[in-house]
Amino acid sequence: MDIQTGIRWMELFNEKIQQEKDYLTQLDTPIGDSDHGNNMSRGMAHVVKAIDTQSPDSLEELLKLVTTTLLSKVGGASGPLYGSAFMGMLKTYQGDGSSWGKVLQGGLESIQKRGKAEVGDKTMIDVWAPVVQATENEQLRDEVIDEAVEATKPLKAKKGRASYVGERSIGHIDPGAYSSALLFHAMLEAEAEQ
Amino acid sequence: MKKIVNDPSNIVDEMLQGMIIGHSELIQRIPETGIIQRKTEKSGKVAIISGGGSGHEPAHAGFVGEGMLSAAVCGAVFTSPTPDQILEAIKAANEGAGVFMIIKNYSGDIMNFEMAQELAEMEGIEVASVVVDDDIAVEDSLYTQGKRGVAGTILVHKIVGYAAQQGKSITEIKELADNLIPNIKSIGLALTGVTTPGSTQPSFVLAEDEIEYGVGIHGEPGYRREKLQTSHNLANELLTKLVNEFDVKPSDRFAVIVNGLGGTPLMEQYVFTNDVQQLMDERKLSVDYYKIGNYMTSLEMQGLSLTLLYLENDFYIEALNAPVTTISW
Repeated sequence: MDIQTGIRWMELFNEKIQQEKDYLTQLDTPIGDSDHGNNMSRGMAHVVKAIDTQSPDSLEELLKLVTTTLLSKVGGASGPLYGSAFMGMLKTYQGDGSSWGKVLQGGLESIQKRGKAEVGDKTMIDVWAPVVQATENEQLRDEVIDEAVEATKPLKAKKGRASYVGERSIGHIDPGAYSSALLFHAMLEAEAEQ
Repeated sequence: MKKIVNDPSNIVDEMLQGMIIGHSELIQRIPETGIIQRKTEKSGKVAIISGGGSGHEPAHAGFVGEGMLSAAVCGAVFTSPTPDQILEAIKAANEGAGVFMIIKNYSGDIMNFEMAQELAEMEGIEVASVVVDDDIAVEDSLYTQGKRGVAGTILVHKIVGYAAQQGKSITEIKELADNLIPNIKSIGLALTGVTTPGSTQPSFVLAEDEIEYGVGIHGEPGYRREKLQTSHNLANELLTKLVNEFDVKPSDRFAVIVNGLGGTPLMEQYVFTNDVQQLMDERKLSVDYYKIGNYMTSLEMQGLSLTLLYLENDFYIEALNAPVTTISW
């Protein structure tokens, strides 16, 4: 990924988040605390504003900017989780950024370290893990992302506030999984535009 | 849901401004932040900070003052504050003897406060913390993040705040807080859901004659719905569940909080308190301390929560009775 694609990725992610803000909140209402749409919308609005004013000129600068903005503007659980994701990507990119799959893998590991969730716990990890795998195999398509999101429906939540409703979380899409899907759809779109 | 607001995205900022206008003798706001700090002289003692999402007023800013919190960090509605804000509060509150954080057990709060602690330690400030998990409505298990932290948190503010005022060290405060947490148990019930400002949908909808047991303080659904009953029966359900959590024997002593969730009048809270006292008498349990009112609310939710603190040692009651200078204790 180059800097132009990276910036476009964040712009598209912001557009999707703003469009689907109410739907994200709807997803968060029965199993969480109804703040995911608002939090992500506030955070991503700040991200595009920061990109606009600070004009990062390398992917490294961009990842740094996204990390600090998300950490300082989102709050809740999504702030530290998305912030950690971009921080993990940044660290991997600085270390061994030989493939984009590896960079995303760094993001995934960082989320797991912060949130202590595993595959099957009905969290954003359930989208990140298959996406990272598919990226490594150069097989990431929109369908892979959508299938991963749908697959969170029958799961019983074991982490976060959704875990408090236990059995009642079954049948609902995890809001963090859905917003992660928006992130990866935006990534594919940005890459396709290049 | 009708609300008295301007732009919902400015609601916390405007609330904090109003709070400062009304209580400028007690508190100040650190400019450009969601941090409310007490105005007292620094005296080199351990600083106590707490915070979380807004929408629970008077918690937590209402408990900032001499004898309780040094500072409170106010996040967006129902959303934990961010690590940089918490770090600012740690730095502002620090009097040189370390900073003790009281955190409610929600994954967002834990992650943000933990990150702030890491940042503060990098700057050479000693930080310790305790996680309040008094809500017995949700099961603890290997898989969940554990029980939620709700109204019992204010008892931790008070008792730990008193210990800090007495000049106890951060190690002594940590030990006190760790022993205190298992002695506090809460459970709530709702007559209505809540609507966050700017949202059109309530968190859940109950029929006119329905109540829900075990709700959280962010409009999270509870564990059981049933028909509305008399206050006495509601009190019996909540108190029985709470008492079962303790290994009680006759003449054991407790402190009790009857906490309004924002939309329940004091009249109903007092009716409920009267029932709680009768039920405690029947069980030959003694209540040595009561706190009745709105302390940890959930916006406009109609409902209340009941908290029992088992008075394991005399320090707890001494601390609860000590005078403080805050807006809302």
